[in-house]
Amino acid sequence: MKRRLVLWLPLAAFAIFLALVAAGLYAPPDRAVRSRLIGQAVPDFDLAPGMPGRPGLASATLRQGQPHLVNVFASWCVPCRIEAPQLDALARRGIPIGGIAVRDRPQDLARFLATYGDPFRAIGADTDRRVQMELGSAGVPETFVVDGRGIIRHQHIGAIMPQDMAAIIAAFEAAR
Amino acid sequence: MIAEAGLALLWLAAALSLLQLVLGWAALRENPILPVREADGEGDRVKRGGGANGLSMPLHQPAAGPPPHGSAAGRTLMNFVRPVAVAQGVLAGLAFLALIQLFLRTDLSVQLVAANSHSAKPWLYKFAGAWGNHEGSMLLWVTVLALAGAAVALFERRLRQDTLIATLAAQAAIGLGFYAFLLFASNPFTRLSPVPVEGNGLNPLLQDPGLAFHPPTLYFGYVGISIAFSFAVGALVTRDVGPAFARAMRPWVLGAWIFLTLGITAGSYWAYYELGWGGWWFWDPVENASLMPWLAATALLHSVTVLATRAGLRAWTIMLAVVAFSMSMIGTFLVRSGILTSVHAFAVDPLRGAFILVLLAFYIGGALILFGLRVRHVKEGAAFEIVSREAALVANNLLLSVVLGLVFVGTLYPLVTQALGHEISVGPPYFNAVAGPVALVLAAMMAIGPMLRWRRDALKALAGRIAIPVLLSAAALLAVVIFAPGIGWLPLFGLAVAPGVAAASVAPLWRRNLRRTPFFIFGMVIAHFGIAVALAGMASESAFTRETLVAARPGQIVGVGPFSVRFLGVTPVAGPNWTAIEAELQARRGGGAPAVLRPQARLFSSPPTPTNEAAIGTWWDGQLYIAIGEEDAEGRWQLRLWWKPFVTLIWLGGGLIALGGLLALIGRLRRERRGHPEEAAA
Repeated sequence: MKRRLVLWLPLAAFAIFLALVAAGLYAPPDRAVRSRLIGQAVPDFDLAPGMPGRPGLASATLRQGQPHLVNVFASWCVPCRIEAPQLDALARRGIPIGGIAVRDRPQDLARFLATYGDPFRAIGADTDRRVQMELGSAGVPETFVVDGRGIIRHQHIGAIMPQDMAAIIAAFEAAR
Repeated sequence: MIAEAGLALLWLAAALSLLQLVLGWAALRENPILPVREADGEGDRVKRGGGANGLSMPLHQPAAGPPPHGSAAGRTLMNFVRPVAVAQGVLAGLAFLALIQLFLRTDLSVQLVAANSHSAKPWLYKFAGAWGNHEGSMLLWVTVLALAGAAVALFERRLRQDTLIATLAAQAAIGLGFYAFLLFASNPFTRLSPVPVEGNGLNPLLQDPGLAFHPPTLYFGYVGISIAFSFAVGALVTRDVGPAFARAMRPWVLGAWIFLTLGITAGSYWAYYELGWGGWWFWDPVENASLMPWLAATALLHSVTVLATRAGLRAWTIMLAVVAFSMSMIGTFLVRSGILTSVHAFAVDPLRGAFILVLLAFYIGGALILFGLRVRHVKEGAAFEIVSREAALVANNLLLSVVLGLVFVGTLYPLVTQALGHEISVGPPYFNAVAGPVALVLAAMMAIGPMLRWRRDALKALAGRIAIPVLLSAAALLAVVIFAPGIGWLPLFGLAVAPGVAAASVAPLWRRNLRRTPFFIFGMVIAHFGIAVALAGMASESAFTRETLVAARPGQIVGVGPFSVRFLGVTPVAGPNWTAIEAELQARRGGGAPAVLRPQARLFSSPPTPTNEAAIGTWWDGQLYIAIGEEDAEGRWQLRLWWKPFVTLIWLGGGLIALGGLLALIGRLRRERRGHPEEAAA
């Protein structure tokens, strides 16, 4: 009798597979890589200044009651040049933007900011990508909306294009 | 005209597959069980083998009732099934040739050609473009399925006739569903109006000589394994699961397995040099989709030997035959439905996914129900001891199944987490960590297995036989720990196990008269040796690879591993449908002669896509792999350099494994032609 039941196990396993796959097929996945930290506090970090004479970026700053945008970028990143005008526009609206410069060098960074504009209140140098990884960011550029208690509220992957501005601003307003 | 002719051929082939199924069905109904010709001989064999206890009754129970020779009508029907199967194969092949012809002519009035080809493409890629897309690759899939059925109809002479008819009917049933999929959901011959001036072009990643041959090779294995599935279904229908059946099935499994091995090896090398990431296996869903049937087919290859030689593992062998092709179908579904993201996915269309899913449910579910109903009547064969060749093969099968299960779960895990509401990706760390150790144990098991005798063996004698390989492995372990401290434990054990396995794999030739050794022994030795070689390559690549990532100016010298590489400069170059920046680098090791490498960053014109053509320099002890990236604002170029010691062994090993399979196949076929009914109990 036992042997008989065992013989039906493959069919049972296959039925489970079918159910799983059918469910997956009819709920098309959202293919974006999501930060699992959304709704959670930013990890603790304290990055040295990306450029001499400018403030660095620390997680403590993000917990002082005021919401922030945190922009993960690099001077060697081409899409970052494309999103620069949008970041400038956000900065002109009075939104405080903290930059995390990934694998960058001060002189490259200075040239980048001189060419494409400098919307940042503070820039932290993430030379070994450790903070970027801890944030759950998969690439540059990426932008996080962080509320006044240091909780991540929104993540934008890729360059911020003009059509993305409304969503970013809305997320920032919601984080107030 | 060609497109219409192709479509008509496809419809005809589909009609013939329906005819094949109906004829087979009718013939079996007319003639439920044929005379059991081989039952006596088989009983004899088992007795001679020494396992004549109560368990070794042959499976086929001559059913009471039907006349021993069936009706005349039944025999007439049976005579029709083979020609119909052959005709179906020919028609499907012609339909595929029609599609190739459309691509070679770049007939842009055909939607598929317009979407995937371009008149300014070299002819080889026009040709290969025929299967570099969803519809074309599905047509190739169905064509291989039909050709496999035709081959069985033409060449299979050993299988009991009723089982053969049931097998061909099963093959036709599978074909029917996939013809329907092609004709109703993926028609490759659809016309386009108005006719566009130019086509979209082929994905440049696929514009590579490797692509011309990798998918057909892989498909011959991937879909060819359908024969094992149909054999299993046929044997369940006619209750003919025995050594004679296993001996008839084995060459077909071997044939498909050889193609699968070659296809996977070639695909791995293609990914290595074309994707420019320097890796050789990415645990991408599609790679897994080809690996899983291979694992099941490898297990099947070994269990079918137990069934052929010792009449054991009957239910298990049938199960594996079902699983192997089920994995192919599931793989096809995973890739074609776009349910898992992959570099190989052509189109994401939930309707197509649902269609294949229904086919899957029908075929795999049907086979498993048949298995549950029928296999309980299958008696297990001769008994064996814990220390015996059979036991080692059972262990091999279990371990292969564990690896298969782990890969399967890892591949599907994103679906599970998605169903639970959060997404997670499962990458190489998971697969390497869970499948790696099991694979190492498997390799060790593989070293021991061929040294054991059938039925029972003495542990002491075994200890004497494995002494040398064990000592070799211990020495290798010690050497690596001393001379290369600090490498990961998985590559460490890989490097240690490989020499022992290599030594053990040639042990079956020890003290044998080599001229009288059958080919299939050589085949086993070479295939097992190939595993050791590939294992050494994988371990060495993972343990000793050196990587340098720099932004360099022309004239600068960069070091990687034992090499110093001088970056001479970049020049623009142009190909037939691309332009590129080509870097020139001079690599020199010690006082050796310099070698020039020219990696390219290409930009294809249609569709405009950048690709990376790595430059690879091969030395006897490894490969230097260089890829070029972008230029920065100060005129420096991003360069990635890898020195990969003995990485070539991975593909050399893969080639040896396939060669071993080929020798085994030749050996089996020669033995069969000479009319040797029994197996060498070697």
